[in-house]
Amino acid sequence: MQYFLELSCSGLVRGSIYALIALGYTMVYGIIQLINFAHGEVYMIGAFIALIVSGVLTIYGFSGFSILILAALIAAVYAAAYGYTLEKIAYRPLRNAPRLSPLISAIGMSLFLQNYVLLAQTPDFLPFPSLIPDFDFMEPIAHIMGSAELVILVTSAITMIALTVLIKYTRIGKAMRATQQDMTMARLVGVNVDNVISMTFVIGSVLAAIGGVLVGSYIGQINFYIGFMAGVKAFTAAVLGGIGNIPGAALGALVLGLAESYAAGYVSSAYEDVFAFGVLVLILILRPAGLLGKAVKQKV
Amino acid sequence: MLDNMKRSILVALWFVFLTFPLMVVKVNTLKNIVEWRWMNMLWVALGAFVLSIVWRWAMVRRDLKSSESDSTDDDQARPGIGQRILEDPKIFKPVLLVLAVVTLVFPLVVDIYQANIMVLALIFVVLGLGLNITVGLAGLLDLGYVAFFAVGAYTYGILNSFWGIGFWTSLPIGGLMGALFGIALGFPILRLRGDYLAIVTLGFGSIAKIVIENWEEVFNGAKGIAGIPRPGLFGLDMTIESATTYTYYLMILMVLFTIFITNRLKDSRIGRAWMALREDEIACVAMGVDMARTKLGAYAFGAFWAGLVGVIFAARNTYINPNSFTFMESALVLSIVVLGGMGSIVGVIIAALVLILMPEYLRAFAEYRMLMFGAVMVLMMIFRPEGLIANVRRKYTRSAVKTEGVNA
Amino acid sequence: MPETKKKLLEVKGLTMDFGGLRAVDAVSLEVSTGEIVALIGPNGAGKTTFFNCVTGIYNPTKGEVLVHPPEKKTQRINGFKPNRVTTIGMARTFQNIRLFHNMTVLENVMIGRHCRTTTSIVGAIMRGASTKRQEQETIEKSYELLKKVGLVNFADEFAKNLPYGAQRRLEIARAMATDPFLLLLDEPAAGMNPQETKALDELIVRIRDTEKIAILLIEHDMKLVMNISERIYVMEYGKEIAQGTPMDIRSNPRVIEAYLGEEADA
Repeated sequence: MQYFLELSCSGLVRGSIYALIALGYTMVYGIIQLINFAHGEVYMIGAFIALIVSGVLTIYGFSGFSILILAALIAAVYAAAYGYTLEKIAYRPLRNAPRLSPLISAIGMSLFLQNYVLLAQTPDFLPFPSLIPDFDFMEPIAHIMGSAELVILVTSAITMIALTVLIKYTRIGKAMRATQQDMTMARLVGVNVDNVISMTFVIGSVLAAIGGVLVGSYIGQINFYIGFMAGVKAFTAAVLGGIGNIPGAALGALVLGLAESYAAGYVSSAYEDVFAFGVLVLILILRPAGLLGKAVKQKV
Repeated sequence: MLDNMKRSILVALWFVFLTFPLMVVKVNTLKNIVEWRWMNMLWVALGAFVLSIVWRWAMVRRDLKSSESDSTDDDQARPGIGQRILEDPKIFKPVLLVLAVVTLVFPLVVDIYQANIMVLALIFVVLGLGLNITVGLAGLLDLGYVAFFAVGAYTYGILNSFWGIGFWTSLPIGGLMGALFGIALGFPILRLRGDYLAIVTLGFGSIAKIVIENWEEVFNGAKGIAGIPRPGLFGLDMTIESATTYTYYLMILMVLFTIFITNRLKDSRIGRAWMALREDEIACVAMGVDMARTKLGAYAFGAFWAGLVGVIFAARNTYINPNSFTFMESALVLSIVVLGGMGSIVGVIIAALVLILMPEYLRAFAEYRMLMFGAVMVLMMIFRPEGLIANVRRKYTRSAVKTEGVNA
Repeated sequence: MPETKKKLLEVKGLTMDFGGLRAVDAVSLEVSTGEIVALIGPNGAGKTTFFNCVTGIYNPTKGEVLVHPPEKKTQRINGFKPNRVTTIGMARTFQNIRLFHNMTVLENVMIGRHCRTTTSIVGAIMRGASTKRQEQETIEKSYELLKKVGLVNFADEFAKNLPYGAQRRLEIARAMATDPFLLLLDEPAAGMNPQETKALDELIVRIRDTEKIAILLIEHDMKLVMNISERIYVMEYGKEIAQGTPMDIRSNPRVIEAYLGEEADA
């Protein structure tokens, strides 16, 4: 029983990280029908920036929670800047190109960013400082859920609520929903579609960076390649929930995280990634619209 | 002009900001040392400044070009330089002759190391041509192509290490296994749209690698399979040198064989159906083309070549392990196709040679090659989506003797 | 020569639902040999959905689609894939032109021959005598069709470089290449100027008279429809509201109301 709870907890943690990344995928896909293949790299860059900032701050004598907050903040700002630039360079010129073009461009960008970090920093794994302190009140259940895990769950929950509020009630949120419904119409009624798309990338990138910081301090090491797998899995989660659907992405991520955790715990951890891909393939074949998505008929 | 400068300076500043933490700062968290690399900042600033000017100039040209082709319907009248070379026999024949001579004497004048690299490059030529069928002709973006390459390599490795089966028997089996896997993997994903297809094939590629890594009994796991014999010639004993030369000529034949076959298919009922599928799936099906059969054909045929050269790859290396079959290889083959020009055979050959040989001969370049590949893929899509050498438009000639009864 | 009219296509009570929405509601329709039949109605009446159900792009929720090919057995084609429908002998064009843009005009027509030819992968590699003959036949036939629609001078041009009206005619040639006994045209005159429309008008009649292909067309342009079609079906909000000769339709109060209502909206 305890083993089951442990697995459930680690599954939820995984799931909420996937969710943070998956939201970026799903928002971008919802608006411009592009699989932003480089989104995983933005998450990786977020983690790297947090690592560098916290390293520098530690050396200059900052401590504890202030480092965590500052590192996360700067990582989020930078991830946003990267997401924004990425869209401007690699996707905007291809707005009217055939469908495969932006996808290939995205793959190119993903390779580029990975190797940029590899060359600028290091090909090796870097130890990530554990920025999250141990809370005393977690002591009784520490064998099931640690402080870091609690922080991850709480942060993800807060972030997702904030995102929901943003999309439901703010001006930019309304503009995003309008653009998702019908880009031409949104443009006609005065929405600056280019800005909305940029904002979508920025918001998605910030979420991914938060995920990156949390993962870094949870797992304790990062390298240039972590974005690839995380990206693919987050995409799986987004598809699982129904791509373009924001609550769907969160749900899909939690389902995937739990499923993966149980599979790793009860079957074999070597085939963990196979399992994730297997889920993706099955979903796409059996229910391409995802758990919460609506089937869309192609217009003829 | 001044405005242009100002914008470039702003871009340079933006990139200095963007790259600052990653390019300038380097922390060693174990020893608590920060390394500040201020020189990098200068390079980034200069690079971004220059590139931004070039970028804007290129963008203006691109927009000009596209508006030009909108206004004139006849812009296709002047063929590109590639097409002119290919169509003018006066240029084409001597070029071909020189190429043939160079190709033939190449292994005799260079050392074994060079010949070996050339063999690898030729293997990637065939891989590029194979993927070109799936992606370039049929428009099915496959990000897990390397899986079929692995199928071929491991077919030979396993057949040989378990049952001692030789190269020449394994070669066709490897190709057929590739095609078989192509059909098996293609079957469940027939209905998927382009971008979903890409992700699923990526998944297949990764699954293949993980399975090979973890299934010790069959694939010998991460250790791989060693002691795979080189291609044999009537049981002759060959030195490493002569075996390499022999493999080289074998590969040349293989490339010619691939070109011959793919060319024939391209100019056939099947090739046209693939192209139509790429252009518009719904219209293609509505014109009576069987989507499932056509797609599976494209998968199987593309995968066949990967399986075939997979066998040769195993024989060349005499050793295979899962690390030769990562997503990077798939991305490499894809950039060959993209760079060469989707659907164009000559373009793919040139791109494969450039992308494989350049890092080998320009060592300084080797480190940056994946970075460059990434950049090349982005830039090609933006500025020259048709590739270095655009697919030559085929003209059909009517036979001299008019067939009767066309008015059915 | 006198010929007896024979039913080719018979649709009975065809219904198509999308989720809760009923796009086509119990529509019945018939086309016989040598006929030009039109299906008209205001925007959003469900005409194209009806077409898509008949040609296999959608699987109708209810109803029967029966095909009586000349000299062959009657078939119920509900749920057939589009390529099977075409192979039986019903070819279509699209409202928003769907050509193969990066293939030449001739190649576009050659694709239409796909289902009437048999070269396999192995055959294409071997390129034996029969393959060569088939290929040559395909080329000849395609040229002939291009001649018929007046595009033979553009044969080696990319389809995307054709002017709009020519693209529409190319779609018709491509559909004719599949040797159909019934041609389904989805708003063939959309976006054409009066001159082009008149030429199209003549082309359609010529196809019927010389090629002996029956025609079912969806049209918005009332004039074209009135001039050339023998019988007209009218749809509104997914339902069939009238059918009859052009004369009947012109004076039918419900049709007038439906069209006037639309004019008033526009």
